[in-house]
Amino acid sequence: MAPRTLHIESRTERLIAVREFVSNAAREFGFSEEEIGKIALAVDEACTNVIKHAYRFDPNKEITVTIRRKNGAFEVSILDSGAGFDPARIPTPDMKEYLTHYRRGGLGIYLMKSLMDKVEYGNAPGQRNEVRLTKYLSR
Amino acid sequence: MSDFKISQREREQVQVLELKGYLDAHTAPKLEEAFQTLLKNQHFDIVVNCKDLSYISSAGLGVFMAYIEDVRKNKGDIKLSNMSAKVYNVFDLLGFPLLYEITKDEVEAIGKFTDKR
Repeated sequence: MAPRTLHIESRTERLIAVREFVSNAAREFGFSEEEIGKIALAVDEACTNVIKHAYRFDPNKEITVTIRRKNGAFEVSILDSGAGFDPARIPTPDMKEYLTHYRRGGLGIYLMKSLMDKVEYGNAPGQRNEVRLTKYLSR
Repeated sequence: MSDFKISQREREQVQVLELKGYLDAHTAPKLEEAFQTLLKNQHFDIVVNCKDLSYISSAGLGVFMAYIEDVRKNKGDIKLSNMSAKVYNVFDLLGFPLLYEITKDEVEAIGKFTDKR
C-alpha cells in the first residue's frame, strides 16, 4: 500500500471524510470489516481531540492524516499545529471509577488505546503535534 | 447536511428516541438538544432505539453520561434498545452495560418502565 495523505479543515463535519479515507485504506490493507470499524473510530477520536483541544474549535486550522505501512503494520499519523499538550498528563480513565461518578470526557483516549495496538505521541514545542496510531493485521 | 436524525414518539407514557445514522462529535449536539428538551418537559422515562444507528464515537457516549444522573434523580431512566453488534461493542468496551440497561428490542425496554407502575 502506497502512503496516502488527507488534509482537512478542523471542523467536526469533516470527521466523516476522515473515517471514509481511513476505512478505504484499511480495507485495502486487508483488515476485516470489524477491524476497519475499530481503526476508523480510533482515528475519529484522535481528530476530535485535535479539533476540541489543540485547535479549540478554530475552523481555519488544518489537520493532516497520513496512512502508511510501517514494519508490516498499518500506521495512521495525525498532525496538527495547535496547542501542544503533554500526553503523560492525560491519564487513561479508570472505567469503574468513571461509571460510578458519571464522568464525561476522556473517553476518547481510553477508546483509542483499547482499539489500536499502539498509540504514540510526538510533540515538539512550537512545532507540530503528532499522534501515531498503529494496528497489526491479526493472523 | 446532516448524517444523523432523531425522531421522537411516545409509547405508554415512555418517550422513545429513534436514532438514525452517524453519532459523532459533529452530530452529538443534536442528541444533547433532544435530551434537554425531554428533561425540560419533565419526561424522565426514556428509551433510545438504536436500530438505525450506524456509528457512535465517544462524543455520542458522552451525551448519555451527561444526562443519566439527572434522569435517575427524577426516578426515571435511559434504556437503550435494538443495538447493532458494532455499536454494542463500543458501549461494551467502555463498560457501559454496567450502567445502562440495553435490551434486544424496544417493547422489552418499554416493559421495564410499565411493569413497575
